[in-house]
Amino acid sequence: MEKETIISARNLIKKFGHFTANDNLTFEVKKGEIFGFLGANGAGKTTAIRILCGLSSPTSGEVKVAGFDIYHETEKIKKNIGYMSQKFSLYEDLTISENIKLYAGIYGIGRKQRKVKEAELLQKLELEKVKNKLIGDLPLGWKQKLAFSVAIFHDPKIVFLDEPTGGVDPVTRRKFWDLIYEAAHNGITVFVTTHYMDEAEYCDRVSIMNAGKIEALDTPAKLKEKYKATNMDEVFLKIAR
Amino acid sequence: MIEINNITKSYKETKALSGINLNVDEGELFGLIGPDGAGKSTLIRILMTLLLPDSGEAKLDGLDVVKNYKHIRKMVGYMPGRFSLYQDLSVEENLNFFATVFGTTVEENYDLIRDIYYQIEPFKTRRAGKLSGGMKQKLALSCALIHKPKILVLDEPTTGVDAVSRKEFWEMLKNLQEKGITILVSTPYMDEADLCDRVALIQNGQILDVDSPKRITDKFPRKIIQVGAQNMYKLINDLRAYKKAEAVYAFGQFAHFTGFNDEVETIELEGYLQNLGHEKIIAEEIPAGIEDVFMSLMEQ
Repeated sequence: MEKETIISARNLIKKFGHFTANDNLTFEVKKGEIFGFLGANGAGKTTAIRILCGLSSPTSGEVKVAGFDIYHETEKIKKNIGYMSQKFSLYEDLTISENIKLYAGIYGIGRKQRKVKEAELLQKLELEKVKNKLIGDLPLGWKQKLAFSVAIFHDPKIVFLDEPTGGVDPVTRRKFWDLIYEAAHNGITVFVTTHYMDEAEYCDRVSIMNAGKIEALDTPAKLKEKYKATNMDEVFLKIAR
Repeated sequence: MIEINNITKSYKETKALSGINLNVDEGELFGLIGPDGAGKSTLIRILMTLLLPDSGEAKLDGLDVVKNYKHIRKMVGYMPGRFSLYQDLSVEENLNFFATVFGTTVEENYDLIRDIYYQIEPFKTRRAGKLSGGMKQKLALSCALIHKPKILVLDEPTTGVDAVSRKEFWEMLKNLQEKGITILVSTPYMDEADLCDRVALIQNGQILDVDSPKRITDKFPRKIIQVGAQNMYKLINDLRAYKKAEAVYAFGQFAHFTGFNDEVETIELEGYLQNLGHEKIIAEEIPAGIEDVFMSLMEQ
């Protein structure tokens, strides 16, 4: 059975003055897919993500996210997506509980429902005892897991993860990916950027950008076959160098 | 070249470093490998005379980091984790500034930075703040080298940098090592360990092991089985549910499986997975990588 398309971009172009940051991007992401969005620094990934999240308008092209038009329905898009990056995720000077309350409020989740979901979340992450601790006092690994759980607290159709695992230890990094797999298994589409090439292997499909263009897009297995590479690191080096 | 004896450092109740002992030989490319919060930057700042240890001592080329800090500052090159050049000075002005502060000129030591600097020279009138990430990094490295230091210390130079630029950066470090500079570099990327002569694995302010990357992995006693199958999510869950599973971690397109007392055989895992309906099953014993070792040491 063909899966439902959740993101579609056709001839997406974004220019800043004479500089073309996104040069004719065409791609689709299916529901429940883990989609890896790779590229060198400055290749145009962040520009594209900002557009897909409804934070910036393309210069031209047709883009739909979660069934909504990127030009006219950005508010609806924002309600249906979650976002997390390493740079910005949670408020350091609020407690765990306060952060959850804040996000639930922003997404219009009622008090009753929030209490149930908060209890579930805290139990799953084993954070019940520390729920009144400030985020700033938590180890990085806990913060990241919590930030991800908060980003999907309102059951979005898609979650965007912009380099979510930078700097964490290898065990925590893998535990983080367990959460990603679980979310995808539950039908949430995951759109993720990373500099760890082993993480590219965890994705269902991967696109690799270079100088504003998508140079390759396929499953990791097919990309390795096509570029005669033993791992994604080699594929990436062949395309982006 | 670098001797570290029993260094400890705490920030209020948090113990950042607890009794670090480490030696780096002359001409070595030495890696400090560990995640955020392991204590890498604290140790580096102590060595760079920017932070005082609570106890213990450290010497660089025989000079004490507390008593001889002025001498040390003249002979080390330091590239901090955060970009710390003058954003509103041009590329050229920054370089000249650092040369002048160290009582030298760009011309005098141009040989050392040529291979790095020529890549950004076309932009020498551009303000440092307007450079791309990769160019900033090259400028910072040029400035750290302009006084021809004996020891070069880099704090996470490749964090957040893409795989291609990371590779190029390590090539630059190798070239500098060939010119006789002792290099201490920290990184959270485990795969970069293989590019160092020796590494210290560091976690929670403690050193887990110090050795060449090859010896670290060679001496690892555990049996690791690499397992692959069509559906990774199900594969990992099923492997974890196996009664003799001790640790199961995703590694790229495979999972790495460690059994209790290493008593699990590949053939037995294959059978187990076949019965659960997995397709395209692969199970083979493989030598450990640095990440396998790090995770195993972490969990002890």
